[in-house]
Amino acid sequence: MALIEFKDVCADFPIYNANGRSLKRRLIEVATGGKLGADTHGRVVVRALDGISFSFKDGDRVGLIGHNGAGKSTLLRMLSGVYKPSLGSIRLEGEIGSLIDISLGIDPEASGRENIFLRAALLGMKNSQIKERLNEIIDFSELGDFVDMPVRTYSSGMHLRLAFSVSTIVRPEILLMDEWLSVGDENFKHKAEARMAELVQNTRILVIASHDRKMIEHNCNRAILLEHGKIKMDASPKEVCSAYFG
Amino acid sequence: MTQLFTVAITDIYRALVRLPLAGLLGWQDLRQRYRRSTLGPFWLTISQGVMIGMMGVLFSQIFKTEIEEFLPFIAIGMIMWGYISSTIIESGMVFVASEGIIKQLPIPIFTHVLRMMWRNILIFGHNLLIVPLVLLAVQKSLGWVALWSIPGFILVTVNLTWIVLLFGILCTRYRDMPQIVASLVQVVFFLTPIMWMPKLLPERTGAYLLDFNPFYHLLSIVREPILGAMPSLLNWGVSLGLAVAGWGVALLFYGRYKARVPYWL
Repeated sequence: MALIEFKDVCADFPIYNANGRSLKRRLIEVATGGKLGADTHGRVVVRALDGISFSFKDGDRVGLIGHNGAGKSTLLRMLSGVYKPSLGSIRLEGEIGSLIDISLGIDPEASGRENIFLRAALLGMKNSQIKERLNEIIDFSELGDFVDMPVRTYSSGMHLRLAFSVSTIVRPEILLMDEWLSVGDENFKHKAEARMAELVQNTRILVIASHDRKMIEHNCNRAILLEHGKIKMDASPKEVCSAYFG
Repeated sequence: MTQLFTVAITDIYRALVRLPLAGLLGWQDLRQRYRRSTLGPFWLTISQGVMIGMMGVLFSQIFKTEIEEFLPFIAIGMIMWGYISSTIIESGMVFVASEGIIKQLPIPIFTHVLRMMWRNILIFGHNLLIVPLVLLAVQKSLGWVALWSIPGFILVTVNLTWIVLLFGILCTRYRDMPQIVASLVQVVFFLTPIMWMPKLLPERTGAYLLDFNPFYHLLSIVREPILGAMPSLLNWGVSLGLAVAGWGVALLFYGRYKARVPYWL
């Protein structure tokens, strides 16, 4: 069983190098981004999430939509546990996997093989588990002998194939994504699609931020529209998409 | 207060469970720095060795001390100080440098402290090669008492870890701190008997410069056994007391501000 429950969650980012005085006691609602404000000490604060409440349960496929700076990424990071809420509370059951930045931690000077270990360890896999699935990962990436070459010699497509092959090896109960992953040439794309479909199918809760209407309508059964860090709409993908995309 | 301790200790426990990750990242840091270089980290050993040799000869002349006595003293002192000072100076960047990972993956931030400590222990290990060479050069042998430097080194590391944790958090919030820390480390280097021997000090100044300097005690519990003497009870006592008190403060601080670190980055 997986469960996520947000109750009035806020995320306030203190900005220490901006001049707080000029903004004191003045709330500015900017076109994009969270709400700018000042705290009791007169410091500038960006409220990236403002009173977010929802609950996700097994089977939920949630699409997050909204303008740049509406709080999608912050919400994903809040879900992954990177940020703790400044206000409000979160209840979370289930193991979380994040496919937000699949190239994170890849060292261009190290070989593909070393990078598989590095990347998989960052995702929380044990050394023995990685060894067990090493060949599977290498085969999937179609890198062949290049796997023992430094990653800096790779083309950007090969680089992504490597990152994709390692990162999609985990099967978390709750899966977080920032845009649908689609990599490689025509041939690899089909394989990647199949892998993604399987990954999504095996996860209990999927939360994905996207600007792609088709993708959301196809993969999600619930959509949340964020605006200035608040939930503006929480309904079926069809309704939310037609409200947002028009 | 108990709650703060619980938060801190849970996070540290979670980092220890994932110790291989810290090890792998620390090792990777070192390899990354010296990739495509033939000698790799041994370049540090060589430059450190040359430095120790030069200073050993020069200062034994200036202080009119026997080179047989002075060279091992300065060698161990410099290598230990290299370890202590680089961990403390790097503590300022320990979280800032890992910003990418901290903002993307829910890995306990103590992992980054362990990663940095491990990287510096590896460098220390390379530098340690100088010690047998120096002992060989001055025809000095090690006694059984030298083994006491192992618990000494562990206690130094335990102390450094809380310092890194505490400074790491402070330096993430206040970005002027790393500069302050770096200049203070420089000052401590001259105030601590590394290049000069404690016995050269007049009695009264000695009491101030040595007994009140925690770094003197930390150095002594590693250096004295290798030089063939047991560290004093005061050396052990201060080092141990510092570890207990320091960890107490660091844990409270960590428990209180752990969740803020990603926001500050």
